Amino acid sequence: MDIQRCRGRVLIGKPGLDGHDRGAKIIARSLRDDGFEVIYTGIRRTPEEIALTAIQEDVDAVGLSVLSGAHNELFPEVLRALHQAKGGDIPVIGGGIIPREDIQHLKELGMYEIFTTGTPVQTILNTFREATERYRQKKHKIP
Amino acid sequence: MNEHPAFVEWKERVLKKTLERFPERQKEFKTDSGLPAERLALPETPDEKYLSKIGFPGQYPFTRGVQPTMYRGRLWTMRQYAGFSSAEESNKRYRYLLEQGTTGLSVAFDLPTQIGYDSDHKLSRGEVGRVGAAIDTFDDMEALFNGIPLDKVSTSMTINSPAAILLAMYVVAAEKQGLKPAQLGGTVQNDILKEYIARGTYIFPPHPSIRLMTDIIEWCSREMPQFNTVSVSGYHIREAGSTAVQEIAFAFANACTYVEAAVSAGLNVDVFAPHMTFFFNASSDFLEEIAKFRAARRLWAKLMKERFRAKDPGAQKLRFHTQTAGYSLTAQQVDNNIVRVTLQALAAVLGGTQSLHTNSRDEAITLPTEDSVRTALRTQQIIAYESGVCNTVDPFAGSYCIENMTDRMEQEISALIGRIDAAGGMIAAIESGFVQRQIEDSSYAYQKQIESGERVVIGLNKYQESEEVSPPVFQINKFTEENQIMKLANIRAKRDNQRVRKALARLEDVARGKENVMPYIIEAVRCYTTLGEICDVLRSVFGVYEEAKGY
Repeated sequence: MDIQRCRGRVLIGKPGLDGHDRGAKIIARSLRDDGFEVIYTGIRRTPEEIALTAIQEDVDAVGLSVLSGAHNELFPEVLRALHQAKGGDIPVIGGGIIPREDIQHLKELGMYEIFTTGTPVQTILNTFREATERYRQKKHKIP
Repeated sequence: MNEHPAFVEWKERVLKKTLERFPERQKEFKTDSGLPAERLALPETPDEKYLSKIGFPGQYPFTRGVQPTMYRGRLWTMRQYAGFSSAEESNKRYRYLLEQGTTGLSVAFDLPTQIGYDSDHKLSRGEVGRVGAAIDTFDDMEALFNGIPLDKVSTSMTINSPAAILLAMYVVAAEKQGLKPAQLGGTVQNDILKEYIARGTYIFPPHPSIRLMTDIIEWCSREMPQFNTVSVSGYHIREAGSTAVQEIAFAFANACTYVEAAVSAGLNVDVFAPHMTFFFNASSDFLEEIAKFRAARRLWAKLMKERFRAKDPGAQKLRFHTQTAGYSLTAQQVDNNIVRVTLQALAAVLGGTQSLHTNSRDEAITLPTEDSVRTALRTQQIIAYESGVCNTVDPFAGSYCIENMTDRMEQEISALIGRIDAAGGMIAAIESGFVQRQIEDSSYAYQKQIESGERVVIGLNKYQESEEVSPPVFQINKFTEENQIMKLANIRAKRDNQRVRKALARLEDVARGKENVMPYIIEAVRCYTTLGEICDVLRSVFGVYEEAKGY
């Protein structure tokens, strides 16, 4: 694919057992319409599966969606799995039914950004643009 | 004035019987001004079109409702979906709800339970007790209903893939209360097909899942005749992003698949269909929602009569539970959600629902607090006791707008069912991804409308405010998972493990054959076999379903 015309490659993942994929699918489709290449894992993936796919597909960012309330366990698990797979630099953006109290904590653990329900899609797209841009610049500096 | 002969006949044959058996709640119903509230308002001279399409409540095609007196006879069941953490903590919430005036229970199970994993399974990590109660063995089920008389309170259980196992646990828990299955009323969701297209808690592939489902229908029609054996759910399809038309069409297409399966298993439609119920969404487009419920009732009656040759009126009646639309709630200005829920609940009542769950104001952020749940329940009670809409049956009948909309909805739903029939039926339409694509397209279009501002959502894309204070957040006990795992280890150590192994081996044989699995699952449950152990055996026989890749 012509790298000039593609904004980057993004993996959208659904870790855990939650089957609510309306948000994940809307974000996947919106990213694609915005010029990203998007891989969607489907529902009910383990953190390890998501990390492995992210490495194999050489993505520039990972988006995670959890609506079951298990975000405090699952998001850090994905970060850890990515780190172990030598993908610790890949920015990870999370979304779902997430109380405000949890957001700061998750960002301190290394999440790039957390979005809750009602966030305009454009805001989310802008964050993916910024995250993938930064990551790609960093990636290309390393010989 | 001479009354129309059809009306006279209805009064004689339908209304009179009902009034004798179920007197109305009050001697007379009056408006605030003291004028009589008419039981059933009718056109001056009902014409052919009125009689065939709208008719009288409690009579085919049931457009005006499934009971002749509707809420004058009995209010809908106020049934709040609840459950979190352990069985013990959920039990406390159920008792609270019953004290506050709910009239039925609705059990939420956590995701590991819904997907057939024990609390100590690797994939259960972080999910135990999150979205519902964690149930591993019959011991948990007993604790869930501790002190709640199961012959007095009807219970609805949102469980699908492992429905047979949870139903078995329920039966054994009731047995401990000294009750026989025949004394139990309630509903098991048992609606597997919508899991593949909307809700995601499938385990096995469609065909063996439908066999499990028909085993439940068959067993219940013999042993547990009061119990509703399936609740065909448009609700989750709508939550996944469908339109109102798609919600009903896909639910009906699923329901037709179940009826066909039960009929080919040798069951009589007039025996099992009266125990099929439905579950719909009440969303914000007030008038369309009312029309949707009326259209659905008429179309289902026709389908049952014409396609499946059902003769018993009970088999033609569309009885349904309604929940207000979770997807319509906003995390912004949460109090606005109380108003949204009120309108949606009112649409469900004007549409003639049999039971209702009202969502809580804070559900776009977290599990609801006790305070929010109370307000949600009070919303129903205010509609029931203060608004006066319950004093007359189907008050919107005859409105040009509502009747035209009802006709139009029925045509559109019917046309979409026709497309699924033409595609080879619902299982084929799911396997090809047709249904999923339809839902995704609607969901994406809806989101685009919000983004562009074409669709106004107050507090979200219009009249926004900056909010500094967030509402109180409900926290589940953080030791739930640990406690549940300990409890489970304890049971595994104490039970008769030889009896468990024997029960599982017999179940495996039966699952490979054609015999009904229910009695064997009951035996397994009785000796404290876990949900996960039973599901593992069934997985080894039936295989597991893999999601069709859309991307």
